[in-house]
Parts: sequence; C-alpha cells; structure tokens
Amino acid sequence: MTDPVLDDAVLTTQLDKVVAWGRKYSLFNYPFVTACCGMEFMASSASHYDTDRFGAIFPRFSPRQSDLLMVVGTINHKLAPALKRVYDQMCEPKWVVAFGVCATSGGFYQNYATVPGIDTIIPVDMYIPGCPPRPETIIDALVKLQARIQGLRQSLV
Amino acid sequence: MSMHIEQKLPSYRSESKAMGLDPMVINLGPSHPAMHGTIRIKAHLEGETIVFADVEMGYLHRGFEKTAEAKTWNQVVPYTDRLNYVSPIINNVGYALAVEKLIGIQVPERGQYVRLIMSEISRITDHLTCIGASAMELGAFTAFLYFIKSREYFWQLIEEVTGARLTISYTRVGGITSDLTPDFKERFAFCAAELEKAMAEVDGLLSRNRIFLDRMDGVGVMDRERSISYGFTGPLLRAAGVPYDVRKAFPYLVYDRLQFEVPTGSKGDNLDRYHVRMEEMRQSLSMVRQALQQMPEGPVNVADPRYVLPEKKEVYGNIEALMNHFKLLMPGHGIRPPQGEVYFPVEGGNGELGFWVISDGSDRPYRVRVRPPCFPLMAGVEEMILGEQVADLIPIFGAINMIAGELDR
Amino acid sequence: MSESALYQRLAESLGLQGLQEEDLGTVKALVVPAASWSAAAQWLQQQGFAMLVELGAADYSKHPLPHPGRFAVAAHLMALPGFERACLKAYLPAESPALSSLCGLFAAANWYEREAWDMFGIDFKGHPELKRILMYEGFEGHPLRKDYPLGRMQPLIPMREAVDYELVRQAARRAEGGA
Repeated sequence: MTDPVLDDAVLTTQLDKVVAWGRKYSLFNYPFVTACCGMEFMASSASHYDTDRFGAIFPRFSPRQSDLLMVVGTINHKLAPALKRVYDQMCEPKWVVAFGVCATSGGFYQNYATVPGIDTIIPVDMYIPGCPPRPETIIDALVKLQARIQGLRQSLV
Repeated sequence: MSMHIEQKLPSYRSESKAMGLDPMVINLGPSHPAMHGTIRIKAHLEGETIVFADVEMGYLHRGFEKTAEAKTWNQVVPYTDRLNYVSPIINNVGYALAVEKLIGIQVPERGQYVRLIMSEISRITDHLTCIGASAMELGAFTAFLYFIKSREYFWQLIEEVTGARLTISYTRVGGITSDLTPDFKERFAFCAAELEKAMAEVDGLLSRNRIFLDRMDGVGVMDRERSISYGFTGPLLRAAGVPYDVRKAFPYLVYDRLQFEVPTGSKGDNLDRYHVRMEEMRQSLSMVRQALQQMPEGPVNVADPRYVLPEKKEVYGNIEALMNHFKLLMPGHGIRPPQGEVYFPVEGGNGELGFWVISDGSDRPYRVRVRPPCFPLMAGVEEMILGEQVADLIPIFGAINMIAGELDR
Repeated sequence: MSESALYQRLAESLGLQGLQEEDLGTVKALVVPAASWSAAAQWLQQQGFAMLVELGAADYSKHPLPHPGRFAVAAHLMALPGFERACLKAYLPAESPALSSLCGLFAAANWYEREAWDMFGIDFKGHPELKRILMYEGFEGHPLRKDYPLGRMQPLIPMREAVDYELVRQAARRAEGGA
C-alpha cells in the first residue's frame, strides 16, 4: 500500500519489502542457552521439527555475526551483566526473543537469585511462553517474528 | 598439584617463565557454544596447552533450596524437575522417595515398577542427549541428529503417559500422577527398536572412527585414586574402574529384582565414558523389558488418605472424600510428615543424587538439600584439563555431562 | 547396620564419650563436637572411608525442636570396595560458626565447603580459598540462612520497569480521542 501523500515512497517501500524478505529468511540466531528450554530449542532445531525450513537454523556463537538473540532459559543476577554485554555487542538490526517463561517473566522462580524477566534488562521483540515451550510454539513464534520483520521499516545503514 | 600433573605440563613452561612471559587467559564464558550448560572456565594457556584452569559456576543458581522452604511438599516437585532437566523423572523419584522414607510409607508394587520404568527411560534420554551433544561438538553432527530423533520418540512416549515432554512433575508424595497407558508395551517396543537402530548406526559411525578415537582416547584422564578423592560418582567413576552404582549398592524401588550389569571402564578417559554410557543405555532397555514382564496389576498410589488425594469421582460423590480432598489442599493443612531428617540417594544420570530432607512437622519442608552429582565432577575438571590442549576442553566438558540446573540448583 | 560399632570405635580412639547418633533414614549420623571434626574424618579415612560423598549444612533456627546449635554440617563418607557409609554431623553456634576444613583429606571438600560458606556463612579453617561459589562477589548476606528473606534481590545491573505497551496504547488513544 502506498502513502497517498508521499507517492514517490513506492520505491522505498518495495525496497523495504525486498530487504525485509532477505532479513527474515536468513536469521542467524545467537542461542544464549542456559537451562531446560535449551533442550526444547535443540529439539526444535533437530530433524523432527526442523527450523532449517524457516532459514533460522544456523547458530552463530558470536554477537558480531548474529542478528537474533534468543535468550533460552532462566537468567539470574550473576549472568545478567553477560547478557547485557552480548546484547550491546550485537549490531543493528537485531531482534530479541525471550524463550520460555523464565526469560519472559521469571517463571515460577520469584526469589533472590533470578531476574524477573529479561525485559527489565534488554528490550524484547517476541515472548514465547511455555515451560518449556513445545517446538510447535517455537515455530509459531518464529513465523510471527518473520511477519513482524516484514512489516518493519528497514534501514540500510 | 600432584606429581603426575607436573609431569604432564610441557617442558617449555620453565623456559617461558624464565623469559618472563605470562600465560594467556582465555574465557569460555557463561554463554558458550557447548550445549551442556552455563559455566565459566578461565583457562591460562601456554601456546595451546592449558596450564591452569579456574571453573566458576553459579550462573544458573535459581534458589531451589530456599524456594523449597516456601512451598508445600508437593509443590516442590515441579522445582525438582528442573534440577537435572534431561532426566527429570529421576529427580522427581528421588525427592518422592526421600519424603516417603521420612513419613515411613512405601508405594505399592505396581507404583514402584512404574517409577522404575519411567526412571530408566529418563536415564536413556539423558545419555542420548549427552552423547549426541558431545558428538556434535566434535563435528559429528549426524550422530546428534540420530540420537535426538530417538530421544524424540521417547519424549512422545513420556508425553503419552504423563502429559509433558520434558518437565514432567510425575511423582507425588505417596505415588504418581497417572498409571501407564494401556498400549505402553507396544509403544515402548517401537521406541526401543528405533533406539537400537540408532545406537547401531552411531556405534558404526563413532566407535572405530579414527578421528573420534584420536580425540577421545587418552584425553581427560582421571585415575581411580583422584576420582575417589574428588567424590566422583556415576559414569565417570565407573569409567575409572570403580563399579559403584547406587542401584546395586543401596537398592531402592525394585532394582534388586532385576538383572543388570554395571558397565565399568579401566582408564578413566573420555572414550571409556562414552562406552560406559552406551552400555548403560542397553542395560536400561533390558531393565525396562524385565520390569514390564514382572509388573503386577494393582494400585499405583498408597492407599493412605493423609497423603494421597482421593479419586475424583469419590470427591464428587461423597462428603468424606470431599473433606479429605480439602484437608490435603487447603493452605495450612496438607501433607504433614513427622519431624525428622532423611538422606536418600538415588542413581541419577550423572551419579549419586542425594536428597537431605528435614521436616519440622508442618506442611512445608524445612530444608531440602540436593547433593548434585555433577558438583564434584566440575571440581575435578580443573585438574582434568591441565596439560590438555584447548581443543580438548570441549570434549572433556561434554563427556562430564554437566547439567547446570543440578550443579547450581 | 554396623555403623554403631564403627562409631563406638571412633569414640574410643578419639577419647570422646556420650556421643549421640541421629537416624537419617538410610544411614546413622554420629554427632561429633566441632573441635574433633577433622580428627574424626581422618580416623574414618584411615579405616578405608576414602570418598567424601556429600557435605551439606542446615540452619535450625526456626525449627520447633531444640538443637545443640543453630547450624549443622553433615558429611557423608563412603568406603570402597564394600560401599559402607558413615555420616558425621557437627552442630555450630550462631555466632561465627567455624569448623576445620577437610581439604587436606579429600579433594572434594574444597567446593562443598565453599558452598557452605556462601550459603550459610560457616567458616572453614584451613581452606585454601574460601570465596563465593554460587553467588557473586558483591552479594551481601548468606541466602540460605533463615533470616535472609526469599525475595531480596541484589541486582548487578539496574533493572528498568517493564513497559506494558497496552497501557501506552490506551493512553495514546485517550489523548487522541480527547484532542
């Protein structure tokens, strides 16, 4: 849909669509795996539920080379500075997925050690509930994230 | 450091010290590619060789022991799931057995057999995850995919019985949530056949593979005396040559009625650990088959109204069962074990998992201490990786099967 | 179980009398005075109890029954190849609880004692490096003590308030509707 006021924006919106298509189908994830959700993350990446068909299979264990930070599992106060540092080291565009209820809201760990949800430390794009979430939920979230990436304005710098 | 470690260090260490050079410190940080758990290993390197290592844990400390003091006895069970999250049923069973020992009740025979069957299936998934992930970290991605496929079949089987794939909360004090499904035998036979196919394939891929043997044979050696001094238990102690298995030494449930062997290695290196785990999976399959044959019919929960919820149709049918239901669930009431303490060990996937439970007579535990099997193993890692190369750190760490959920609790 | 006979011999060789035994379900624990902790462990090690299986601590301050001390440390030992178990328990006072370290006898004691220090504040004399293991440097207090509240967090980086975007949208709609 073009904006009736800025009609020369049709070129940039088409460019946006192409860039977004490229970005959403080649997500390089940084799996910041801590706990039990990591098992379901492994299961969803393996042959039964395969995230390779969505283009999001390759983990890049360096924040400089990845654009999707998946925080998988509980984050506690000892680990929080490491998470913040990894997030800060990633380059734009980057997206953050809070995988599992422990990353979303602390889960059922409400005590002196755990961070009550990573959105108190870093901004989050997608919350995946579940303890641990089923692989179908993970794939649903991945597809929704891809739809979200498609709808955003893409900056090329 | 003991003498044999000094002998392992390279000879040029004294030369570099004489030149005034410092070792390089690299950090296998809390977020790292190895799939086993979050831990920080600060390794000091001379060239490629590790001359000193400092292991820092606590990055998944979730306050299990303090939380358990704030919840009721049955509410602690979901927290125990998340201790060793690749074999959750063993944690549930260990906790339930400890509390039942404190109370002095015993689950009826069929319940014990069902707990044993589910524990052994959990142990199989634990070893599948460990070997699969270790193989993947060495580059053998195919072995990982085959084992995760087998694990998926077992998780589907567990889901049919309990309702969840991973964090199951299967046991309650006095019994289990649900009996086995009617077609369990056929479904288990299918999963076991798939597992045996996968194990044959992975065996063919890895056990005589030149690269695998070079990377695992003689790497990460921890001999018998040091293993015992560090308090190792489980597959690592058995790989070092000590046939200690809690299921044989202090039998619980109905393990004394089953025939199984305890596979033991000799050298205490990574290859022995791999073989011990593969053999243990075969033993677990055989144990489940025997248990399915020997299992009697009957109830699975203790018929004691003070601890076990009554049947739902009774609760909706007559007033006594309704009152019983209320008394077990209302805050302030509930299960009240007598005052006392109990230490109960079970054989977890990594070794002796012990629960030290202290009760003060109320409906909440006073103290639940978990003896994590991988706690001494990680203490031993500092010594195990000395003199090894940097690239050997990952297979050693993988062969230990450290699960951060139970290490840090 | 034959632990009572073993404990009799232990008491005789250390010259202690009137020691209590506690029943821990699968093993009987001998309550030794804190001063003879490492002597008792060394005697057991010489009798063949080569493995320190577990060393845990507990805080009895809120327990209804009276105990000889606020803190207790329990050490489980095992003899190979027969797999006999023994357990030693020592009660410590509430003010500066301290016990001698078993690091010289068992390599496993190092991390177990660090955890008891971290969680309870029990000092182990002779430990090479008693520092925090589960919590982080800068954490004040000992979390598993009964007087530490469950929910008191000490965050290392400042936490921001989580924004409820639905409320932000509702406020924006109200502002638009009004304007």
